[in-house]
Amino acid sequence: MTIVRHELRLGRKAWIIWSASVSFLLVVCIFLFPEMRGEMDNISTMFSDMGSFTAAFGMDKLNFGTLVGYYAIECGNVLGLGGAFFASICAASILCREEKERTAEFLLTHPVSRTRIITEKLMAVLIQVLAMNVIVYALSILSMAAVGESIPWKEITLLHLAFLIMQIELCGICFGISAFMRKGSTGAGLGVTFMLYFMNLISNITEKAEGLKYITPFAYCDGATVVSDLKLDAAKIAIGMAICMAGIAAAYLQYTRKDIR
Amino acid sequence: MQVIKTENLTKYYGKARGIIGLDLSVEQGECFGFIGPNGAGKSTTIRTLLGLISPTSGSASVLKKDIVMEKQAILRETGYLPSEAVFYSGMKVKDILRLSADLRGIDCSKEAAILCERLDLDTSRKADELSFGNRKKVAIVCALQSNPKLLILDEPTGGLDPLMQHEFYEIIRERNQSGTTVFISSHILSEVQNNCTRAAVIREGRIIACDNVDNLGRSNAKRVSVSGEIDLTGLEGIKDLKTGERNTSFLYSGDMNTLIQRLSQCKVNDLSISEPDLEEIFLHYYEKEGDAL
Repeated sequence: MTIVRHELRLGRKAWIIWSASVSFLLVVCIFLFPEMRGEMDNISTMFSDMGSFTAAFGMDKLNFGTLVGYYAIECGNVLGLGGAFFASICAASILCREEKERTAEFLLTHPVSRTRIITEKLMAVLIQVLAMNVIVYALSILSMAAVGESIPWKEITLLHLAFLIMQIELCGICFGISAFMRKGSTGAGLGVTFMLYFMNLISNITEKAEGLKYITPFAYCDGATVVSDLKLDAAKIAIGMAICMAGIAAAYLQYTRKDIR
Repeated sequence: MQVIKTENLTKYYGKARGIIGLDLSVEQGECFGFIGPNGAGKSTTIRTLLGLISPTSGSASVLKKDIVMEKQAILRETGYLPSEAVFYSGMKVKDILRLSADLRGIDCSKEAAILCERLDLDTSRKADELSFGNRKKVAIVCALQSNPKLLILDEPTGGLDPLMQHEFYEIIRERNQSGTTVFISSHILSEVQNNCTRAAVIREGRIIACDNVDNLGRSNAKRVSVSGEIDLTGLEGIKDLKTGERNTSFLYSGDMNTLIQRLSQCKVNDLSISEPDLEEIFLHYYEKEGDAL
């Protein structure tokens, strides 16, 4: 557990900044809701008239005038992107960083197996992602209570669970990337995440690109779908977890054999 | 027991040469020197022995354990001092020493305290704010605090001031006397000459000589230094001739009598004939291959 502790300490600052930013934005959104509710009817009409843009963000399926509808869209953008970026930066940099910052020579000349290093680093990533999601979830619920809204437990919990699963999948993919690169893995991880995000938007706009929904993890945490279906798409999540496992497996296979420079 | 044993050890980085057909053997309790210029393959050898990179072909064992199959067992008993010590940013020296001990799963705070005291190292500073020499000290403590059976030191004194170098080699000597095998890689020959019993010379990835330091230094040539009015024209076996205003110095491998006869005809103020130091022998090894340095 030495490496887990060490990684958590190294990542503490970034974790605090990301968690605080995402939580802050979500809390602000929730606190703005009562004030905006009155104007929501107009906004809903306006949003539903924006053509493919409306579809891209799922605003055709949701009522912006309810807390759940409002939260699904806001949460989708804030926690969806913020959480996804944090997860991918965190996972993409964790293996590669040792070589980029030239600390690999220090770590790998201690009597710890590469497998143990990979496992503990993966655990550190997952702990950070999980901790961030717990904090964000708790603060969201507390804020809703604070503004005096009744809390839509099922919807909110499902949404947050979907986001957590999506972030874990991204962790797996980026962790794999991290094992293969010597530098620049953070950029690569962010790039992949960004691409997957847009895949979801595109697949929402046109039916021709429906297949993309099975590739991108953003499909199964699409706020509008989750809230209107009130369940998660098991098939998509299963594919996602398979991709995640493949990324992690690739990381083990590559990093245990890699020449460290 | 052979603490380090390599057989035909070869490493290529793609097509680029690392080391070729390396045969080394280091006995228990030895202080072994590994000499070569930058890029000769010294670090590649060390990194292969430590399992950071895997060999392209050939085999090697450290402390009787295979470098590919038993990496961890080797690392458990080996202390490594890298040529350039880099640590995690933002960490204090004491946290790094602690981390290093934790990764080994042992408590070496006592030994660490003694070493820090001797090397005059302030453990409350942040490691990445230290000077190069002070970072080196941190790496030294990391390598030595677990009392390993084998010490692998890559250019150990770079960045250390002369006083610290002295103290460092004092510590290494004590460890060596109490049975630790020491492997020193360096391009500074006097360092190897003063501290090692045996040494290997590596050039472009191949070992070109391996012997006792005394034997490596022994050659027919003598360093001759003369001051006065002298004329050396026509003498054979003169190398590395340096003519100053009053002083003439050269490596002489010709017949001694001829030289003495010639000098007796000149006006000599001062004369010294000595064994050349390893530095000169080293140049000699490299020139033998017909390359200009």
